[in-house]
Amino acid sequence: MKKTVLAATTAVSVAMLSLAAATTASAELKVGMITTLSGGGASLGVDVRDGFQLALKMAGDQQIELLIEDDGRKPENAVKIADKFISSDKVDVLTGIIWSNLAMAVVPKTVRGGTFYISPNAGPSALAGKGCHENYFNAAWQNDNLHEAMGNYANDAGYSKSFILAPNYPAGKDALTGYKRFYKGDAAGEIYTKLGQTDYAAEIAQIKNSDADSVFFFLPGGMGIAFMKQYAQSGVDLPVLGPAFSFDQGILGAVGDAALGVKNSSQWSKDLPNPANKAFVEAFTEEYGRLPSLYASQGFDTANLILSAAAKTEVSDKAAFRDALRAADFESVRGDFSFGPNHHPIQNIYVREVIKEGDVLTNKIVSTGLEDHSDAYAVDCKM
Amino acid sequence: MSTLLIAEQVLNGLQLGVTLFLMAAGLTLVFGVMGLINLAHGSLYMIGAFCCAFVSVETGSFFLGLLAGMAGAAVAGALLEMVVMQRLYARDHLDQVLATFALILIASEGTRWVFGDVPLFLDVPEAFSGTIELIGGLTYSKYRLLIIFVGLLVALGLYWLIARTRLGMRIRAGESDREMIAALGVNIRLVYTIVFALGAALAGLAGSMVGALSSVQVGMGEPVLILAFVVIVIGGIGSVKGALIGALLVGLVDTLGRVFLPSFFQLFMNNSDATTLGSSLASMAIYVVMAIVLAVRPQGLFPATGTSSA
Repeated sequence: MKKTVLAATTAVSVAMLSLAAATTASAELKVGMITTLSGGGASLGVDVRDGFQLALKMAGDQQIELLIEDDGRKPENAVKIADKFISSDKVDVLTGIIWSNLAMAVVPKTVRGGTFYISPNAGPSALAGKGCHENYFNAAWQNDNLHEAMGNYANDAGYSKSFILAPNYPAGKDALTGYKRFYKGDAAGEIYTKLGQTDYAAEIAQIKNSDADSVFFFLPGGMGIAFMKQYAQSGVDLPVLGPAFSFDQGILGAVGDAALGVKNSSQWSKDLPNPANKAFVEAFTEEYGRLPSLYASQGFDTANLILSAAAKTEVSDKAAFRDALRAADFESVRGDFSFGPNHHPIQNIYVREVIKEGDVLTNKIVSTGLEDHSDAYAVDCKM
Repeated sequence: MSTLLIAEQVLNGLQLGVTLFLMAAGLTLVFGVMGLINLAHGSLYMIGAFCCAFVSVETGSFFLGLLAGMAGAAVAGALLEMVVMQRLYARDHLDQVLATFALILIASEGTRWVFGDVPLFLDVPEAFSGTIELIGGLTYSKYRLLIIFVGLLVALGLYWLIARTRLGMRIRAGESDREMIAALGVNIRLVYTIVFALGAALAGLAGSMVGALSSVQVGMGEPVLILAFVVIVIGGIGSVKGALIGALLVGLVDTLGRVFLPSFFQLFMNNSDATTLGSSLASMAIYVVMAIVLAVRPQGLFPATGTSSA
């Protein structure tokens, strides 16, 4: 009974939408973006925002109204902005959060209240397994994914004693868990650092005094810059590995040649050969005068995902909109992309190497680390 | 754990300590002499780092950059003092906090406006890159040794300036009784501007030197500012000697805590829990020290002599 009603309403709303599209062509959709535009992690939020806005611009879209606010990487700000977006601006979709601790503060309440949340970056494990929700979609990755690919790569490269470190927050713990899930060797040491820490002398001294054969680190933004520069100065010459977050386009310039040759894992790279990506890289470089980072690609894909759903149905019909999101019917810049049962991506994770193109440091793909990779938490998700 | 590792970590602690001292010295002088709480001190640190990065890249010389960092921060500090701070001396601390907080926002957004969001490149100078062998097989980063040396040199210089020169006498006099020294015909306003610019220059020096090790980006000053406040509360507000001892204490406690607390918990817990618990406690360690100092000696370890007479 329920099913037929649902099907009927879907059919009616689809019919109404095509009618509406024929007459006015403006189904209003309000998107609230909460992201980090000031303070230490601002370059990540700026990239997500720029990628998102570029997608809207390239689509020539008029029906999405985008509201943007800065959370300054503070959970309490993010919660306040989310409340404002939902209760006074009445947004239909929230997106934009960069950091997992902020996502944990905002997402569960938002999706339970019936607002869609589409993550362009953070993918904490708590929201992928038992805590999954039908209104929560992740258009980037589950936090563990990139680290799992690196763990897998470490086995192939023959490393058996990795020294591993990450900041002490949900994504940091997911990172080391992800690495260890695939990595078969022993950990020569395991350190959690402070989030936002910029001096790693103490940690590097510990690495120097251990019997490690490689160093795996997850330090996004300015933390990664500081670590790499100090590591290069320290006289330790063990190979380093990391997810793309430690070597994204935004930080390579500041790290300098110290990053050359480092292997890192990413679901996206500037040199992926699909046409959507070529168009994206070209348009982004032209619009903003810099190369896109993986964060920009995620913002771009998130916007296109929302656009694809909005083109199919109106957001007021939540069930239909949800189905349209789940279909992920858009050209992702990372190539094949689909959602698993927990609304997290199933996608390839590539291994990249930092190279120099002329004077510019950037990444190039060297191999496919994990193919059509899902995440370890999907089995716990009942929705 | 080998003695070499412990020695290296002590050096790391000292290095963090002296950079904190460079920040805290300016902050404590400004508070001690003018009674001003300056939250924008972290912005001066950032301005110094940006000036240094810009000039280093343009000229190719890190040491010119270092000078530019100090000069840039000093000029910014002197301007701030003359345009904004002079209006705040007579106001209460809440107004000062509000106004200087606004300055942080203006400085951050202004810097982002000029330089963009992508962090700037600033590297350690060639001559000080790499490591050097010290006694007993201990190798240590040359650049970090340079920071320790410069920091201690600044500490000596400040001691000499305050204890042995006419300007220092006026600073101390201004700390004790600003009406009286003005009545004696000293241009106290000028003294204030000089003190503020001096503090700013030290913040700029710290920002430039640390910027080469970490990253030069908008918002880099605020985390250091918080630590610098902890330092001056521990050391005693207004006292440069207190700032030095407080900074070294905070640097050592923070560094050694980060290293040894996780290993300590590993003695009786499994590896991953010990790491999590140890690093969480380590990030609290300096605040625990501050709380203990406040409980036992609310005026700090070495309160400035001028203000303790009351």
